[in-house]
Amino acid sequence: MKIHEYQGKELLRKAGVPVPLSRVAFSPSEARAAAAELIAQTGNDVVVVKSQIHAGGRGKGRFKEHPDLGGVKVVKSADAAEDVAGKMLGSTLVTIQTGAEGKRVQRLLIEQGMQIERELYLAITLDRVTGRNVVMASTEGGMDIEEVAEHHPEKILRETIDPAVGLQGYQARKLAYGMGLAGDIAKKAGGFLKKLAVAYDRLDCAMLEINPLVITKAGDVLALDAKVSFDDNALYRHPDIETLRDPTEEDPSELEAKNYDLSYIKLDGTIGCMVNGAGLAMATMDIIKYFGAEPANFLDVGGGATAEKVTAAFKIITKDPHCRGILVNIFGGIMKCDTIADGVITAIKEVGLKVPLVVRLEGTNVELGKKMLDSSGLSVTTASSLRDAASKIVELAK
Amino acid sequence: MSVLVDRNTRLIVQGITGKTGMFHAEQSLAYGTAVVGGVTPGKGGEKVLEKVPVFDTVAEAVKETGANASVIFVPPPLAADAILEAADAGIALVVCITEGIPVADMIAVKRALQGSKTRLIGPNCPGIITPEQCRIGIMPGYIHKPGKIGVVSRSGTLTYEAVHQLTSLGLGQTTAIGIGGDPVNGTNFVDCLELFNADPATEGIVMIGEIGGSAEEDGAAYIKAHVSKPVVGFIAGTTAPPGKRMGHAGAIISGGKGTASAKLAALREAGVHIADTPSDIGQTMLRALGK
Repeated sequence: MKIHEYQGKELLRKAGVPVPLSRVAFSPSEARAAAAELIAQTGNDVVVVKSQIHAGGRGKGRFKEHPDLGGVKVVKSADAAEDVAGKMLGSTLVTIQTGAEGKRVQRLLIEQGMQIERELYLAITLDRVTGRNVVMASTEGGMDIEEVAEHHPEKILRETIDPAVGLQGYQARKLAYGMGLAGDIAKKAGGFLKKLAVAYDRLDCAMLEINPLVITKAGDVLALDAKVSFDDNALYRHPDIETLRDPTEEDPSELEAKNYDLSYIKLDGTIGCMVNGAGLAMATMDIIKYFGAEPANFLDVGGGATAEKVTAAFKIITKDPHCRGILVNIFGGIMKCDTIADGVITAIKEVGLKVPLVVRLEGTNVELGKKMLDSSGLSVTTASSLRDAASKIVELAK
Repeated sequence: MSVLVDRNTRLIVQGITGKTGMFHAEQSLAYGTAVVGGVTPGKGGEKVLEKVPVFDTVAEAVKETGANASVIFVPPPLAADAILEAADAGIALVVCITEGIPVADMIAVKRALQGSKTRLIGPNCPGIITPEQCRIGIMPGYIHKPGKIGVVSRSGTLTYEAVHQLTSLGLGQTTAIGIGGDPVNGTNFVDCLELFNADPATEGIVMIGEIGGSAEEDGAAYIKAHVSKPVVGFIAGTTAPPGKRMGHAGAIISGGKGTASAKLAALREAGVHIADTPSDIGQTMLRALGK
């Protein structure tokens, strides 16, 4: 689960990690008030208006409605903050991570301006090779870190966290000195890192990225940005974090699927698929591509799906206007083939079937499932293998 | 022959009184597995499925039944504890089926199991089966047939797909192992490749991977250096877009790492026969065996 920058910074601030002073604003007037407050508090006219969307590249992004305006704007008065907020709110920001359709900005972060001396990079995430979390630090802050990782891997310092003891002081110091920091600032950065590692652990994060971490001219060490995401499996022990979810940032079909405990991801192709198991679902998408078409979605109905769940899944797939054919591929183990057949038939009777449907069933109660589909009177093409099923649906959907 | 489990395996089921635990305990019994006991704290002394005694603790179950393997069906918040309890009781093979365990819990479990004699399979996996001898997990037993191919996979139903093809083609399986799709797990590809390579009955190995992580690349390196038997590989997720989580926590590409193409290249480099589609795994093995 992802959250907005302002929410991430609030969590970090509570964990004792230094962040700039800021306020969230949902309207131009709130933006004005927030800016005025910050200016009064800091004695500095400079404030930054930052679009809050769940995608990176905001600074370099541009609004569809205001091609000259980026997603992050430095202003020098409360009036200017209100003016910029009026343009940003409700407009669509396109960045390298949003895709061409962009994302509508509905919240802003109004933040104190900073006199920046240096920009660094920090992140904590899981290293699957060691099965432990790792802290990554780099002097190349503010840059596209993936590019740095690819071309200058030596510029990324890494310290693995032993889960038995947590990030140790010597490791934090090693990273701080490694980034070329010295004296009091190195000490502050080390403290920052230790607090960050504790926050990562306490909040069950999946990723915590501070890019950039800034050293100000005044010698402060602050998180100028914060990208925080959580381990979905651990959300049950963080009901407070669950409330930070912004449903407008999620695809409506994906949200609906989640309500039925279905694992669904919208994709750009034309062949809708319904499969049990994530690996088989991906393999089914792959074989659709192999036969020359593109999958419209990833959908894993899970191991113990009921007919009701299958019906819901089917409805979600057929709602996609780009869907020109549907492939149901079920290898019944725990999942019985007759349950699938029942769910599919119920769904078709409720919502109709406007596109070709190929069903491949294998496993428990396969004969019964096939018989139910055959005798349903619905126009369903059955297939004998995954290869057969994929080639049939690609042909039928042409 | 087989690896890790056979007719001498004595299995207990942690979470046996739950719906899923009970269902699969029954399936395993019907398959001929020696299910010697179950564990549910607070329900010790009961009997389920007519003859299976329930114990309060794993240690007690081991003492009374001589169990040497355990399968875990407890809910995610309790799973880490269940794994460590089994390890503490000296169980040699712990298979954790539970899906949805927090990553932090598995990081701690992996650390705690360091140096322990317990082997963990999973979590979030279908389990392990030696056809007609021992079924531990949730796979449909009847699609398996004794034979000569070792199967190791990160996926559940995709494993069934491969097993079904091997059975249909008359190749059968020595043992099929689902190592699970979670980012932090116990037994990995290299462990299973090592076991299958050393098993005289295993003539060929099927390895099914997914996008994300680098376990497949590690497996490829091991194959190149040590494995002389034919290996057939398949990687799911060629079409998955980067940064999207495809159901399994494991199946996510990030930072340009763990892509299907990188994994396929590593496997090809190691001399692995790649199945072009998931439907061709069995046929590819037939060809690799020179048949």
